[in-house]
Parts: sequence; structure tokens; C-alpha cells
Amino acid sequence: MSRITLKVNGGAHTVDVDPATPLLYILRNDLNLQGPHFGCGLGQCGACTVIINGAAVRSCILPASAVKGEITTLEGLATNGKLHPLQQAWIDEQAPQCGFCQNGQIMTAKAMLDKNPHPTDAQIRESMNNTLCRCMSYNRIQAAIKRALEKPLGFQPPDTAERVVPLTHGAASGGSRASKKAVVA
Amino acid sequence: MSGNIPSQVEEILSTNRRGFLKTAGLLFVGMAAPDAPAADAPGPYPVVDPRKLDSWIVIHQNNTATFYVGKTDPGQGTGTGFRQLMADELDIAFDNTTCIMGSTDITVDQVGSGGSTAMERDSLPMRRVAAEARRVLLEMASARFGIPVDGLAVSEGVITVKADASKHVTYGELIGGQKFNVTLSGANAASVSGKAKTKTIPELKIAGKPMHRDDIPGKVDATTKWAVDVKLPGMVHARNVKPPYACAKLTGIDEASVKGLPGFIKVMNKGNYVAVVCEREEQAVKAARQLKTTWEKPATAPFPSSEDLFRYLRNAKPAAGTTPLQEGLVGNSEAAFANAAKTIEAEYEIPFQGHTAFGPAHATADPSNGQMTIYSNDMKTYGMRRGVATFLGMPQEAVRVVYMQGSQGFGRTAAEDAACEAAWIARELGRPVRMQWMRDEETAWDTKSPAFLVKMRGALDAKGNLAGYTYDALSCDYNHLGYNEPDTTLIAQLMGQRRAKPAAGSAATPSDMYAIPNRRMNGDVVALPAIWETPLRTGNLRDPNGPQAAFASESFIDEIAAALKADPVEFRLRLLEAGTGDDSGFRRARSIAVLKAAAQKYGWDARPSGKPRGAGKILTGRGIAYTFRGQSMVAQIAEVEVNRETGHVWTKRMVCAHDCGFVVNPESLRTSVECGMLHGLSRALHEEVRFNTEKVTSVDWVSHPTLRHADVPESMEIVIVNGDPHPDRPDLPLYGAGEACLKPTMAAVANAIYDATGVRIRRVPFRPERVLAALKAAGV
Ligand code: FES
Ligand code: FES
Repeated sequence: MSRITLKVNGGAHTVDVDPATPLLYILRNDLNLQGPHFGCGLGQCGACTVIINGAAVRSCILPASAVKGEITTLEGLATNGKLHPLQQAWIDEQAPQCGFCQNGQIMTAKAMLDKNPHPTDAQIRESMNNTLCRCMSYNRIQAAIKRALEKPLGFQPPDTAERVVPLTHGAASGGSRASKKAVVA
Repeated sequence: MSGNIPSQVEEILSTNRRGFLKTAGLLFVGMAAPDAPAADAPGPYPVVDPRKLDSWIVIHQNNTATFYVGKTDPGQGTGTGFRQLMADELDIAFDNTTCIMGSTDITVDQVGSGGSTAMERDSLPMRRVAAEARRVLLEMASARFGIPVDGLAVSEGVITVKADASKHVTYGELIGGQKFNVTLSGANAASVSGKAKTKTIPELKIAGKPMHRDDIPGKVDATTKWAVDVKLPGMVHARNVKPPYACAKLTGIDEASVKGLPGFIKVMNKGNYVAVVCEREEQAVKAARQLKTTWEKPATAPFPSSEDLFRYLRNAKPAAGTTPLQEGLVGNSEAAFANAAKTIEAEYEIPFQGHTAFGPAHATADPSNGQMTIYSNDMKTYGMRRGVATFLGMPQEAVRVVYMQGSQGFGRTAAEDAACEAAWIARELGRPVRMQWMRDEETAWDTKSPAFLVKMRGALDAKGNLAGYTYDALSCDYNHLGYNEPDTTLIAQLMGQRRAKPAAGSAATPSDMYAIPNRRMNGDVVALPAIWETPLRTGNLRDPNGPQAAFASESFIDEIAAALKADPVEFRLRLLEAGTGDDSGFRRARSIAVLKAAAQKYGWDARPSGKPRGAGKILTGRGIAYTFRGQSMVAQIAEVEVNRETGHVWTKRMVCAHDCGFVVNPESLRTSVECGMLHGLSRALHEEVRFNTEKVTSVDWVSHPTLRHADVPESMEIVIVNGDPHPDRPDLPLYGAGEACLKPTMAAVANAIYDATGVRIRRVPFRPERVLAALKAAGV
């Protein structure tokens, strides 16, 4: 075991773990983040994607001790309570089915657009091609990316001072449904 | 809070719900611990009585409502649809409602999900109880104002005296936080009813409108709490150690191989079931890999290899004790063949295909208070409750399943295995246990959709009519797993449990309304050598067996049309229009309507398929297929590009005409249909479970490919048809959706490949190497 400090979504967290532990397990189990998911543990599907130094990284195969730099997870995309334009486009296009893969889809798309703000259709397909979805929401995802492109994306460096890591979440079981509007009100 | 639901109300409702059902008390807002769902519910957990109105609907003091339904929604939007229908019947604004689904101790048992029946069947009692609640509220207002009910008007949860608009009262003021204490009639959840009549379809205002799904925001902003996220005090992590060979017998466990590992707690073993438990997740992953076990291979091979599967099936006899499925017997097909001018025969092969959940199977079990709580994303939580209780020998009242979001299921998946595993280990250890399958386990050991071998024959008479038709299917489905039958879960099988009589499994016959004068359809179930402890266990996958039957039958109809040099759309219409009668759902008329709608949307050029091949590298073609599931009709057109040098197939364009009657939420229907079509495309192009004679060798996304972003058509068009021949009927029915749309896809793509290349591919999936070999063999 060793003490490792991780910078995540603007906060810093020190954990005492086996340094070989994949980052994913620490994000999920120690930092209580629910964005990154376990899909394969093999770097094949993208469910566990986080952004480190601007690159989409598969946290299931990244040992915690190898992390260099600031980690952004899906929880860290919104700024001051306002969804990132990609997240909004995901809602507007009703992209998810079960949603389990969408962390990987959104984070991979963000890293792609940060590097190349005006991708062609072919570039979108290519950049997203290794991020899988078993509900086959691909067409909706591509539509959402294109929708986000129509607006200025306004990517800004994260405002670390004001960012709060959401360590606890109020949502009840997945069996409970309300309009987001209603819940937030 | 402007009449909307306060932020914490949904948690409070789920945590205090049973207290509310037991007593007539008010809801105490603000007492719940949101991160520990129902932690204050020590059990037991009696079944929720469907005959009590209070089991379905709670009205809050702030004039909002919560609906409790016994269904689950793995991401097709049924939850939003239920809210639309119930809000409509209750006459309350959609945004002032919530819907709690699927947890066994706080919702009535409506069986969970399956068969695309959510809207068609299970929404009916929901509508009746919501209408009844409205009726009761109107009577309360009538008593309060001393005015007969017909002197009152209701809108968005406010009842107003028609003659004096200054007199009004909200639902919340009438009953907020209190019980209705109304008993419904009817024997069970499906048949409960009050005295009120439900609205006619034209009276519905919220249902029928496109609505954003309510589960989506939480899935994109990371606030959804998934079943995989459950964390409980003292919880430990478990991983299975699966047999390295199918049907192997465990001969030894070397516990010393993991004993010193940090966090190691225990090796769990009974029979051939082995698991490790550790304090932390990564420790359990490591221990499961490191544990040394020895196994003895079975004396005989449990199954042929996937390369040999269809040879095996060709020689197989129907499994002992199974009865053939015989349907659609018309005329005398053998006489038609005896008199045929020409006979056409073809065989079609569909391999085992997996559910292959994106998030491998998982469940968390909590044995606190001598009860057992399971946190699961399984779509049949009520059956799971019974299954886990039976498996553990616990009274059913001691078990509950809390339904949470999870990766897609599409049928009988390993989610049920994981629940039984977590529960058994939790009881043995006396600690909450989180069980999580790994990717290789999920892909290799999850339940499969059965392989099919279908033999088809067509008799053409001298005038070029299809005079005779036979369909003979062999479905490799023996000992098919039911839902939540504890003795069929993998852990039970590995522990040596055997049912006296294995489940017979099922075959399927085609779903079409073709009028063919002489027709015979038969389906038989066959067994592989091993039926227990095998990774080739079969279990329902999204319209079980429908896609297999439709691949064969709709490919074959295309072959007949090609033989007759007939246009594939016209030929199908001819067969549909050859009949005159119709059934109560107007399936014949609606079949014709979807075929025409798809052809029109596509801009179909009428000509026989198998067009002259171009000279270039890319060959293009289009194919159609049509079928139905229940009363939902679907016609699909695929346009493909086939690379003659690589065999790669790209489906460039897909058109689907879909008729499921009245559409509750056109927006979620469209997205579900689109995703369903792509699921069909994935099965057409990629999916096949591979195995040698010892084990399944499809273990990850490389050895078991699935559809990817690059495969997506350039254009996907969906036409929502309502082909009911009486559009003015006040009561257009709602039919199921979600499954029908993937049923014809494999055939539509195969028919398009034929049109492009003149080569008929009768074996799924159409991977490049198979297509290329077929093109080469045909000299293309
Ligand atoms: S879980 Fe990391 S790539 Fe699949
Ligand atoms: S939305 Fe279900 S796996 Fe992508």
C-alpha cells in the first residue's frame, strides 16, 4: 500500500492503496464518483474514460501510481451548475438508452473536440470508433456531437477554485423517476 | 418551489414508503438518508397489495403525485411513458409527478419488463388506478363544496366549481400526504380496476406528445445512482472463479496461493462454484486471478466447436420430451410440392448470439437483520425476489430487490446469477457483498440466444405462383433458462442442483400475413451434449428467436421473388393482398401499410433484385424485409455497399416503417426503434459466439465484435405509421415496441447484399471473411 494523491475535478484526494490499483477503482470506490464505469477492464470499450491532460484515458488499465496530471471525470464537466454543451446536446438528442456507456461517449467526444473543434463526419466516426455501446445509441451520439458543433463550444480551462467534487449524490434508486426540472426545483 | 416536487421527495418516498403503506400516517419529509436507499427498512417485506389504490398513487401536500409501478425501464423510456399516461388519467401536470419503479417492497408486482408489453398491457391497470384516484378526488371535492361532481371541472390537479371559479381546491389540499383507503376490484395487478372509466385516446393530452425521457439528465451529468454504485457499511467485494473448461469438475483449491494477499477474506466454494472475497474491489480481482485451482475435464466434449455446430445440428434429433411447434398449417403443402413446376430449397444458419451486457453482471446483497436485500438492475425484480428466497431457503417476505439502473439487459441475463451469488456469499459471511462479473465471464458465460438451423422449401406452380411453403427450424435451445428459477442459475448448477425435467426451450415460426395456399411451419428444439454447467446456456434475448425465424423466412421470400424475377416489394404485397380477411388487429392491412410506407420513404425502384453488377470495387444494393411482433408491424429497407475486394459490408442507409398503434411518446419510440435497428445490424454483421470443444473462446470485444460508430448508416429514417384502417376509432390501441424493429434487419441486409452482388449469404453474421469467401466462390 502507498499513499497516492490524485487531483480530480479541481480537488485533491489522498488514498492509501496498492500503487498498481487501476485508477477506475479508486475513482469509483474511494472518491465515490459515478461517472466512470467498469465495462471491460481491458481498455476495449471506453466505459471508464476520464480526461487527463486533455487526453481521453481509459482508467481501467491505468495504474493509480502512473497518473500524472489533473483528472477530469464526467462529474467535472459542468461549470457552475451549467451543463457542458456536449451534455446539453446529449439531452437534446436523447442520446442514451441505458446510459451505461455514455460516460465514455461524452468524455471521448470532449477530448476529440478539444483537439479538433471542427471534425468531419468521418473524423467523428473514427475518433469515436473504439468507444462502444451495446444499446446501439451510436446514431444519436453522432447527432449529439454534431449538434454541439453548431454552437460555439466555449471550452475553458476548469475553474479549479470553485469546483466542488460531488462526493455524495442525492439521487435515489434507479427505479425512481421525475423530471429533472421537478427534482431541481 | 412553485408547485413542483421538493428536491428530496423521491428518496423520502422510497425510504418511508412501507411505513406509509402500513399506517395511515403522513409522510415525514426530511428524515431520509439519501445515500442509503431504504436503510431504515429492516424488514420483513410483505408483498404490496395491488388492490389498494394507495399502493399505486400518493398525492403530496404540495399537489404533486408519485406513481408506483411494478415495471422496470432499462432505457427505452417506458418510465416516462407511464408518467404520461397516469398524469393524463389523473389530470395533473406531467412535471408534478414522479414514478417509482421496480423495487419489490414498495411497488406492486407487475412482473417487471419483458416482451415489449409495457405499454400494450401493463399500462392498462396504471391508467385505471389513476382514473380512479381522479374520481375519488372529485367526490371529495363534491362533498367539500356541496356540489355534484358534474358541477366541477378539473385541470392540472386543481378542482374548480364550474359555476363559481373562485371556489377551487387542489388535490394536495384534499388528500395530500394521506391515504385514499380505497379498495380496487380485480384479482391481481393486471386486472385491478376502480369504478372510474379511463379516458379515450383522443381525450389524452400528455400521452401522444413527444417528451424528453426523465432518466436521461442523470445519465449525462453523472447523478444517476446505478446498481453498481451501491456502497454499504462493511461491504466486501466478490469475484467468481469460473471453471476453465465447460462442465469441468473441481478437484482442488490451493487457498495458500491467495492467503497472504492484502484484503483477502475468504475463498467461497460449494461443488464446482468458486469465488473469492476481499475487502477491496481490486484485491478481489487480483485474488480471483491468482487463486490456484485444479479441474478435471469432462469425459466427453460438452459441445461441438462453433465451426462444426451446423453439421451437428443437421444430424440432430429433437430433444427427448420436447414437442414440435406447429403453426400456420394451411392446405396440403406436400401435394403442392408433388405438383410443383419448380421447387426452391434453402438452408439458413444463425449462430448463438449473446446478450453480452455492456456492464457485466453485478448485484449487491445485504444480509442485515436476518433479511436479504438485493440491489440489482435486473428487469424482473419480482421473480428475482422469489428466486433468491427459494435458492437460499428463506421466506419470501425476508427478501426484497431494490431496482436500480444498470447496463442494458434485453432479456434473461446473468444479472440473476449475480444476485444469487451475492446473496449466497452475503449470507455465508454475514456481510454485505458486491458481486461483479468480469468481461470474459460476461461474454463467455452470460446466457445466449439459441442457434437456429432453418430449412425452407417453396413450390412454384406453372403460373409462377408460390403454391407451397414449408419452414422447418431446429432451435438449439434445450434446457433454456427461465426467469428467476433458482435451480437454473449458474451458481445452482455449479453447486450440483438439477431440475428433474430440463426446460423444453422453444423454437419459433415466422410472423407474416402472407396468404400462401399450402403452408406448413414446424420448429423443433435440439440439445447439445451438455445441458448443465455450460456457457452455452440459452435465455431470452430481445424477441427471443424472432430474428432467427425472420432471417430465414424473409431471406427465403426474397429468393422466391428473385427466382420469379419479381420486385421484392411487389411480390410481398401480392402475397399479402392474396388474402382477403383480416384479424382483430388488422394485421394484414397494417402489414400492407408498413411495406408501402417503407418503400415510399426509401423511394423504392421496382425491379427484381440481383441487379447487374457494376465493375467497381464497391457494389451497392437494397433489400427489404417485413415481419411483426405481436401486433407491432415493421418493414425495413437496408441499402448496402459491399467491398468486393475485402468483403466488408457497410449499411449506408436504413429505413424503417413501424406501426405499434397509438404512440405514447413519439420521441422515445423513435430513439428506441433506431437503436433496435442498429442492434439488428450488429447481429447481422458482427455477432457470433465462438467456441471450441472445451470452452467458449469469445471472451471480450475483440473476440466477440459488436457494432461500432463507423458501422452506423449515413442515414436512418423512421416512419411511424398508424395503419389502423379506422383512424377515427376513439380507442386506437397501444401495442408494444422495442423488439419488433430488430427482427427483420438480418434479412433486410442479406437481401441487400444479394441485390448488390447476386450472392446469397445464408449464414449470419456477414463478417468480411465470410462475405469475401462467398463472393470468391461465386466468381464475383
Ligand atoms: S472499462 Fe475501461 S475500456 Fe472498458
Ligand atoms: S446506452 Fe446502453 S450501453 Fe450505451
